[in-house]
Amino acid sequence: MIDLLAPAIISCVVAFAVVFVMTPPLIKILEKRNFAVKDVNKKENVMVVRPGGPAIIAGIIASELILYAFFQMNEILAILITTSAAFAIGYVDDRKVMGGWFKPVALAVAAIPIIALGAYDSDLAFPLFGTVQIPALYLALIIFMIPITGNTINSIDVLNGVASGFMVIASFSLSICLFIVQNYEIAIVSLPLGFVSLAFYKYHKIPSKIFPGDSGALTFGSMYGAIAIVGGVEIIAAVALLPAVINSFLFLSSVKRIVEHRQIKGKPVEHTDDFRLKATDDKKAPVTLVRLILAGGPMSEKQVAFAIFKLAIFSGILAIITAFMMGVSI
Amino acid sequence: MKSGLFGFLFAMWVLIIVGGGIVVTILGPISIFGFGELDLFITSLIKAIVALVLVVIWILILLKIKNWIFKKELKF
Repeated sequence: MIDLLAPAIISCVVAFAVVFVMTPPLIKILEKRNFAVKDVNKKENVMVVRPGGPAIIAGIIASELILYAFFQMNEILAILITTSAAFAIGYVDDRKVMGGWFKPVALAVAAIPIIALGAYDSDLAFPLFGTVQIPALYLALIIFMIPITGNTINSIDVLNGVASGFMVIASFSLSICLFIVQNYEIAIVSLPLGFVSLAFYKYHKIPSKIFPGDSGALTFGSMYGAIAIVGGVEIIAAVALLPAVINSFLFLSSVKRIVEHRQIKGKPVEHTDDFRLKATDDKKAPVTLVRLILAGGPMSEKQVAFAIFKLAIFSGILAIITAFMMGVSI
Repeated sequence: MKSGLFGFLFAMWVLIIVGGGIVVTILGPISIFGFGELDLFITSLIKAIVALVLVVIWILILLKIKNWIFKKELKF
């Protein structure tokens, strides 16, 4: 355990430092190139640059390469390749508007390195009841998991700071769970995701100086999914991600098809005169987590973001309880 | 509304634990014999179909719970 301490500390410092240092020059470059979009939740005409994905992926690659130098594990390579592929897919979507099916299909392809490198265990572990062996089904699970986690984080990236802040809470919860189930090496491999998210949150929090874009959100989500698979903590990871899962579930159950947000006609949320957020009564608009939070009355963008963070902390606690329950069998 | 969302999260968590129990105790031990080399394929196929049915049931239960928890607030 002690010999894992040095790589853990070095990789976490590098993960945080790379994103923290690289994001301000990235913001300047994006401003020069005029890669900016309107922040629709601000009263003034505020333009925010995007995507922050390049800084995020740089932090992840640097820190995971350091860990690979120490451990030479196929699991690290699988996480790196899948996450980098997800970044590339997101970057294409940032630059060019793609159809609703592009990201799920491309992310399914991005999951293949996990299978090719054999960086998984086909036993699916459940709390209280033990494990179930599903060798063939597990391959399908891998192919589905990366698009689901990638798009789930992407779909929650709707307010300033939410995607990165949510990722900080979910990924640190997942790391704690990996320590609880005594999967120490993957726990250390997972830590850079939390530190990268934390460093990016500094610039993404309200008022945002940069948005992660699809490249950033898909990088976050896909790395989270890859860690869940190689760490054998798929169920725990799903629990920690529940608020974002609820958002996707509500969206899909109301829209009843896979569709890009920009293709939706109805508006789920509108602004009051003092520019607070308010749920609409539009029956054509999708039901989302933000709309449900606002159903009780108008709130500021910051209040909604903190409501989502509270739900993420609650899910993180449930995930940690689930991790403890893995050691108990009935 | 927020307390309703915490309740909905908790309900999802309980459903995951219960669903896991069903998968491990009922779905896991299923194995089909008598088809030679196709045994593993047929077993996996049946498990996949049962798993899909369970997912559909899980989603339907969640929809009911969502409507029950948020029935006062959901005007949309």
